[in-house]
Amino acid sequence: MPEVLKAPLTVEFPFTRSLGPVQSAFLTGLRERVVLGVRTGHGRTLVPPVEYDPVTAEEIHDLVEVAPTGTVTTWAWNHAPRRDQPLDTPFAWVLVRLDGADTALLHALDAPGPDAVHTGMRVRIRWAEERSGAITDIACFEPHDGDPVQAAGHSGVFTNPVTGIVAPARLDYTYSPGRAQTAYINALAEHRNVGERCPSCRKVYVPPRGACPTCGLATVEQVEVGPHGTVTTFCIVNIKAKNLDIEVPYVYAHIALDGAGLALHGRIGGIPYDQVRMGLRVEPVWTEGARYPDHYRPTGEADADYDTYRELL
Amino acid sequence: MNREIAVVAFAQTDHRRTSEELSEVEMLMPVLHEVLARTGLKTSDIGFTCSGSSDYLAGRAFSFTLALDGVGAWPPIAESHVEMDGAWALYEAWTKLLTGDADTALVYSYGKSSPGSLRDVLTRQLDPYYVAPLWPDSVALAALQAQALIDAGDTDEPALASVAARSRTDATANSHAQLRGSVPQGDYVVRPLRTGDCPPIGDGAAAVILAAGERARELCDRPAWIRGIDHRIEAHSLGVRDLTDSPSTRFAAEKAGAFQRPVDTAELHAPFTSQEVVLRKALKLGDGVRVNPSGGALAANPVMAAGLIRIGEAAARVHRGESDRALAHATSGPCLQQNLVAVLEGDPR
Repeated sequence: MPEVLKAPLTVEFPFTRSLGPVQSAFLTGLRERVVLGVRTGHGRTLVPPVEYDPVTAEEIHDLVEVAPTGTVTTWAWNHAPRRDQPLDTPFAWVLVRLDGADTALLHALDAPGPDAVHTGMRVRIRWAEERSGAITDIACFEPHDGDPVQAAGHSGVFTNPVTGIVAPARLDYTYSPGRAQTAYINALAEHRNVGERCPSCRKVYVPPRGACPTCGLATVEQVEVGPHGTVTTFCIVNIKAKNLDIEVPYVYAHIALDGAGLALHGRIGGIPYDQVRMGLRVEPVWTEGARYPDHYRPTGEADADYDTYRELL
Repeated sequence: MNREIAVVAFAQTDHRRTSEELSEVEMLMPVLHEVLARTGLKTSDIGFTCSGSSDYLAGRAFSFTLALDGVGAWPPIAESHVEMDGAWALYEAWTKLLTGDADTALVYSYGKSSPGSLRDVLTRQLDPYYVAPLWPDSVALAALQAQALIDAGDTDEPALASVAARSRTDATANSHAQLRGSVPQGDYVVRPLRTGDCPPIGDGAAAVILAAGERARELCDRPAWIRGIDHRIEAHSLGVRDLTDSPSTRFAAEKAGAFQRPVDTAELHAPFTSQEVVLRKALKLGDGVRVNPSGGALAANPVMAAGLIRIGEAAARVHRGESDRALAHATSGPCLQQNLVAVLEGDPR
């Protein structure tokens, strides 16, 4: 088996999320260096605050300020920080119950080493210098020797409250297409179209994905198809795609390569767009160094009879 | 409606660090064929098909639709998918069979963790407002739970190491396992969890066939009857929970009837050693219960399939006559966020 193809694949989105009234007050508070909790019907104060009581599911909105100091309820030493984590030097993950709160907040604790961290230790918030209304407005926690800091009793009402957050997310992968598609792509680089035949229904799949979706069986027998094929159906594209150097209108078509059990698609060139028709016989046009055909052009053969491709539409 | 439903067949891949030479459907297909062959069923005989997987693992959008090629989904079949572990796909299939709409169901799940960085990928399932922006990885969150257990006096590092050692020793009898035999505890990954306390990262797939009533008896000499199955979830904020306990597991077990009579076997989905401590407590498992004879998730943890594999392993022991009443557990999310419990029984011998 030839070497498996691989390529880097990055999936990256800026997720834009709107906030409920309690989340908005909490994150706006962080921007203003104020920590707000929410009181439940049973008198518990939840920090970080949520929109609905986790026990009764009732809507809650009674905001109460808590202190920027608190107590570690559990911790874990992270000697090798990962990308996008709060600190880029070794730190402790901590759950911290802030003074005045009944529940704990997850964040990082900046400490010199694991021996300096223990459950029950006192910590305080270190604010980020630039704050926008996000959980990262808390840069991290740091050890705190002094007395509890009193909360000022903020009402939870702010001017210019944040109503949403933008949370960038990026994940990096190494994509490999598997056996069947690797074989297809490698053959294509040699200007050959190689499909795979189902051992049961004998249909030839191009491009192959390794399985026959009708029979649920592995396709392994390789079959070279084409190079000539038949236009089974087509459309005329009138919208110019961004960054695409093709003049409109042009024709995009389904092409059943000779010997293939289904059509693949490609652009038709070398003929005026309004002369392309079902049954037109075409062949691939390769450009120097390309791993796939640039487009297909007419071969000059007589048009295929409809009955030869009616099952491939 | 009261219908008896059983697991009648189970198959799984060998779980490996990477399966880069295979696409997802190529990895899955042998398992589908194996589970069908065990019952003599053909694709067209299956009444309902349900799968579990997550596109985030391999970074491939709609990968589950491509995986359907391996089932023979054309002409269209009755089919569903959950973006969850296959144990929850099995739950959906079980409810489908309960309605009487189908007599047999194919359940499968697969996960390819090798293309991405699993610890980072799993951060994307967390609360997007307060937690995910901090990128706390899966080991870090499990380590917070482990430290809470140590602080509570429920366990210590040597006890965790013994869970790891027992699991990998048991896995020597499991040819599908990824990690088996003598595995060093190693250094801290995120303290207090060491390499040995963490599951291997790998790729794999599993499939199960369910059948109702007499159909189950036709397809299997000793069906593993699902006497009860239930799933429950904790509050989503980690700081609201008592991380040393799992009330959702206990509640699910109660609803599944697990406490009505003792079980002889338990397959627990505890990817981290410390989580077995929590589950044993929540499920009130005594010393007489054989826990994770397969080696459990510490021996092979193909994400999205590892929970279904627990049900499959428990059922396979019933099939082989090695268990009469087994508990199977599956989990999802950080620190045992969501838990499913099933109770399986064989006919009296």
